[in-house]
Amino acid sequence: MSNELIAIFNSIVANATPLVIAGIGETITERAGVVNLSLDGSIVLAAMVGFVAALASGSVIVGVIAAMLVGALVALIIAAADIDLKQDQVAIGFVLTLLCADLAQFLGQGYTRTPGPQFPFTPLPLLSDVPIFGAILFNHQPQVYVSFALTFAAWYLLFHTRQGLALRAVGERPEAAFARGTNVSRLRYLYVVLGGALVGLAGAAYSLALKPGWSTPPAMRGDGWIALAIVIFGGWHPFRVVFGAYLFAGLRALASAIQRSPDIQIPLVLLNGLPWILMILTLVLVSSGALERLTRALPRPMQRWTRGLLRSDPPAALGTRFEKS
Amino acid sequence: MKMNWMTRLAFALLPIIASLAITALLITLVGSDPRAVFERVFEGAFRNSTAFAGVVNFWIPLVLCSMGLVVTFTAGLWNIGVEGQMMVGAIFASWGAQFLALPAPLQVGAEIALAMAGGAVWASLAGLLKVRLGVHEIFGGVALNALANVWAIYLISGPWQPPEGGSAQATRPFPPDAVLPSISNAFPVSLLGLIIAFLAVVGVALALRGTRWGLQLKATGKNPRSALLLGVPTTQSALTALIVCGVLAGAAGSYRALFTYTSLRPLLTGGIGFLGLLVVLLVGVRAIWTPLVAFAFAVVLGGSTRLRVALQLDQSLAGVLQSTVVLMVLLANGLRRRLSARRSVEAPQPTQTAVDFKQEQTAHE
Repeated sequence: MSNELIAIFNSIVANATPLVIAGIGETITERAGVVNLSLDGSIVLAAMVGFVAALASGSVIVGVIAAMLVGALVALIIAAADIDLKQDQVAIGFVLTLLCADLAQFLGQGYTRTPGPQFPFTPLPLLSDVPIFGAILFNHQPQVYVSFALTFAAWYLLFHTRQGLALRAVGERPEAAFARGTNVSRLRYLYVVLGGALVGLAGAAYSLALKPGWSTPPAMRGDGWIALAIVIFGGWHPFRVVFGAYLFAGLRALASAIQRSPDIQIPLVLLNGLPWILMILTLVLVSSGALERLTRALPRPMQRWTRGLLRSDPPAALGTRFEKS
Repeated sequence: MKMNWMTRLAFALLPIIASLAITALLITLVGSDPRAVFERVFEGAFRNSTAFAGVVNFWIPLVLCSMGLVVTFTAGLWNIGVEGQMMVGAIFASWGAQFLALPAPLQVGAEIALAMAGGAVWASLAGLLKVRLGVHEIFGGVALNALANVWAIYLISGPWQPPEGGSAQATRPFPPDAVLPSISNAFPVSLLGLIIAFLAVVGVALALRGTRWGLQLKATGKNPRSALLLGVPTTQSALTALIVCGVLAGAAGSYRALFTYTSLRPLLTGGIGFLGLLVVLLVGVRAIWTPLVAFAFAVVLGGSTRLRVALQLDQSLAGVLQSTVVLMVLLANGLRRRLSARRSVEAPQPTQTAVDFKQEQTAHE
């Protein structure tokens, strides 16, 4: 593999990382039956606060903690509004999207284009020496390795622990979980806030690494919606969410490569529409049953296997409020 | 359980006071004086007739979008795509203003009609994505919003550039015959815009209250499955609701292009469509209150346009205040319901409390 190609794949992994982290966070939240719609605002606010906290303290660790607290706090408002105040979680999430974005712009107005601290570049010893894979996967800033660890941790938590079973039960059939003695509200609070903290971490992964600093309009505006769509595309499964994020970053890279080539003349502005067309296409692919129909064309023994892989039913109780009575 | 009027009043005022307090705190945080800011906003809205005209010029597109959103919310749809529908309306109107040459009385009317058609097309795209391809209207809407903006930027920086080269920030100003005239220099508001806004309020209120279509929308919004079983054409209801909203949002976009800016520019909607969503979240779908709440929001918006010049403050403060109010009102609604529910449990209804107690026990097992 040529060095140029390795560099492209390396940058795809880096570019996808915030989407992976936010997507894993939202997957955990939605698996517990709650939608945190505020991503496009809370990522932006967490990015701003994370950057300013790191700048003021001189420590990126403080920045990361501040960003995660912001994400967790926004998620806590959504959880409380849904679980205890019985308000529509989509409405609250939408209002918070706007509020967080405006708040970031207002509070961050003195920090635009200020240089500040960033994550260090940390190739992993030994692992980064593995031919090809090492250069693509282990030659990064730390948030990339964190995203790998989070993906496996989320997968293990969801499908291989008792806690994960309870978490999924709360999102699939809360009445049954309640009857078995699970405290549905408490678990929903826990996982919504945990997921929110990861969304905040995604914000820090932008402002302290991928798109360092703060600007108006924010560099990551719009990616929150993309992350929400990737969770649906990923069928609420961590590995498929990661696949979705990489696919998305890959297609973006491909598009800008096509744009750079001298033979094809596409105006640069139209290229900005591409992520959104991709988003609609991927959602159409999973929700219209087109994938299902494609699998039927395969030989029978492969059908069951692919269907399991492509299963994309949302958690049954997603977005519904649980009433004890 | 009913509450006395004082508690009701407290629950109506509390969220607003809390929002003002939070906003004041944020203003202090960036090193400015809240009192000076609030005074500036008030002055900016009511200083003189020109300033007040600025408020009305925000109110007209905002009320158009809000009435459209009352229709889609009634049908149970989250039409986040209203921003894009507004933008495409502005694009269609701008096309008419630049390339259509009709006799004077027809010209502006044709442009507004084009804008309405454009908004309807964009809204029906979101509708078709939902009913035919199963893409939720929130995601379809978000994507179509972004695409509408990309389209506008493309036209401004490419095909609609004057041959001698122009700005990437806006098209050339439209010819005087192609834009909406002002009532007067002292009160620069378009009379036609006011009339269309008024017709939208009355028309939507009547259509939802008194027609078969309005009833079908309500049934679809309340419970689509049983509505379908009762013979309501739910797919058709959803699509027509979106198209009506698209028509009104398109008209709102034409007002921004043909009056406010007299040109097409990127981000021309100024977030007014999203603000319309906030208005409707605040009033529920009670059409009557919509114009009033929209007016209050327009005052904040119009009043804060000069904040940057006067106090070096970012005008996103207006958005912060508006969305904080909506958040606080929604949370206060929940709190009020929770308190009144608790009171009804305290009331002497032995059978019910016994049941509740049992369930509490299972919860702690």
